[in-house]
Amino acid sequence: MIFGTLFLSFVFYSAYIYTAGTEVAHGPEISDEARRGQQVYQEYNCMACHQFYGLGGYMGPDLTNVISNRGAAYAGAFIAAGTATMPNLGLSPEETSDVVAFLGFVDTTGTYPPKNYDVTWYGTVRQEDDPQ
Amino acid sequence: MMARQNDLIGLNFLRLGIVSLAIGMFFGVIGGFQFLFPDFLQELLFNRTRPIHVSMVVSWIFLAAIGGIYFYLPRQQKLSLWSPNAAKIHFWVFIVTGIAILYSYVTGKFGGREYFMFPAILSLPIFLTWILFGVNYFNTLRKYKEPWPVYYWMWGTGIVFFFITFCESYLWLIPYFRESMVREIIVQWKSYGALTGSWNMLVYGTAIYVATRIAGNQDAAKSKMAYGLFFLGLTNLIFGWAHHTYLVPSQTWIRVLAYAISMTELFILGKILWDWRASLTTFQKNQHCNAYRFMFAADIWVFINLVLALIISVPAFNLITHGTHITVAHAMGSTIGINTMILLSSLFYVVREELPENVHASCSKQVMTGFWITNVSLAIFFLALVMAGFGRGLYEGASFQEMALQIRPFLVVFAISGIALMLGMWLVLWNAFRLLGKIISSANGEKVRGDGELSTANS
Repeated sequence: MIFGTLFLSFVFYSAYIYTAGTEVAHGPEISDEARRGQQVYQEYNCMACHQFYGLGGYMGPDLTNVISNRGAAYAGAFIAAGTATMPNLGLSPEETSDVVAFLGFVDTTGTYPPKNYDVTWYGTVRQEDDPQ
Repeated sequence: MMARQNDLIGLNFLRLGIVSLAIGMFFGVIGGFQFLFPDFLQELLFNRTRPIHVSMVVSWIFLAAIGGIYFYLPRQQKLSLWSPNAAKIHFWVFIVTGIAILYSYVTGKFGGREYFMFPAILSLPIFLTWILFGVNYFNTLRKYKEPWPVYYWMWGTGIVFFFITFCESYLWLIPYFRESMVREIIVQWKSYGALTGSWNMLVYGTAIYVATRIAGNQDAAKSKMAYGLFFLGLTNLIFGWAHHTYLVPSQTWIRVLAYAISMTELFILGKILWDWRASLTTFQKNQHCNAYRFMFAADIWVFINLVLALIISVPAFNLITHGTHITVAHAMGSTIGINTMILLSSLFYVVREELPENVHASCSKQVMTGFWITNVSLAIFFLALVMAGFGRGLYEGASFQEMALQIRPFLVVFAISGIALMLGMWLVLWNAFRLLGKIISSANGEKVRGDGELSTANS
């Protein structure tokens, strides 16, 4: 009985998460270039070192808002040439441009870490810069 | 009584798990040094060593838990497997898939997802053999006519939910999911959080099984508290994952619900193990000395991780700790301190039950040396990660490099203690590996020689 109730909760909760729970207003639809960039990001396993919204590896910085913080040219130069701490992975100019477009798309989805927020007395956080 | 041929498949899973953990720790140490010296081992950069480390350590947890189930059911519960051949197929497909995954990492072919960084196609054999495992498990338990003790429920639930959440983690293959960034991240971490919950079900089920066997009664497996843990674990599995995504702009109530639920599960497990420990007689402690020590260590790590989990699950604190090494400390503390200690307890419980005292001492000196090196170095390792995490979380500047320099001393301690952790664990794993080998040899009719080591309990 309890197991069945919990299992049904899981099913309905999952359905909610897949739809309305994650239906947030954000900027433009993903472009073809950004879509390709997402694929390149995965193929080179960038998540091993970088995060979005703090999720991923911690060797490199979080990239959620790297475009608005540093600019597309800066991000592109980093990817193309590498640095003392980030290897040059040998991406082609097209791949680099696609990844920058993808990072630009991610940038439109929210702010991380949050800049404007309220903390309640019972410990929850209301983020005023949430896109919703 | 000698193990029979059909019991050996479980032992083979356990030994494969040991190899997997030994390799995983080696690559973890390399990855730790690459944090400090990014040029270290140019041929195998961090984007390759990290997936090897993660996949091998996660495999250890699954292999050791699965191996225990395949061993305990036919050998101790007298429930012969519905299909021993299906278990053998499961084993060999795991080996072949594991080799293919390692090859993909070394050659730089990635799927690029957290936990499952290998190409998506390699998930197919894991997916298919998991179905085989589930069918085998539930058909085997059909012979058990009494109400199930809680560990059977936990294993069954772990199997079902791993299957569901493993499928869920591949929803990104559908454009609807991957083209909305918030949905993509939330669903990804929902599946990983629940998947971790599913392997915790397998491991905690093993903990309660071993605990009740050593204590010699089934009370802990049929108590209200045990079922309370089970249902709370399941509730955490379903709703608790969202504490990973407090800062992702999903619906607010999802995060608040996760906050409320995240507080409970470890406490209950700690209480059960604590009660069990107090109920043991000196004889039982000595008889299963190695297994007891590892379970006791798991108990201590439960409380340490409980404190950290409580802190990072409070959204106001999560603002500082999220996206820092504190999350790594929590993951390492849980996978090594809790899951691995429980699974090592399970391994040495099997050894104690199968090998007589004159072959292997209850309190083996080598195992205890490894035990102490592992736990002391894990404590230092854990603390270094927490300090590095605070350094990163409290840094207010805009330069990642400057922040990295500030926390570097903690990462040096982390890397050095990681070496000690690996060496201590290798000592334990080597003993477990060769002792399980002796059980297999005896099942094959070979004469087994003793260690020449006296039991501390008997001396």
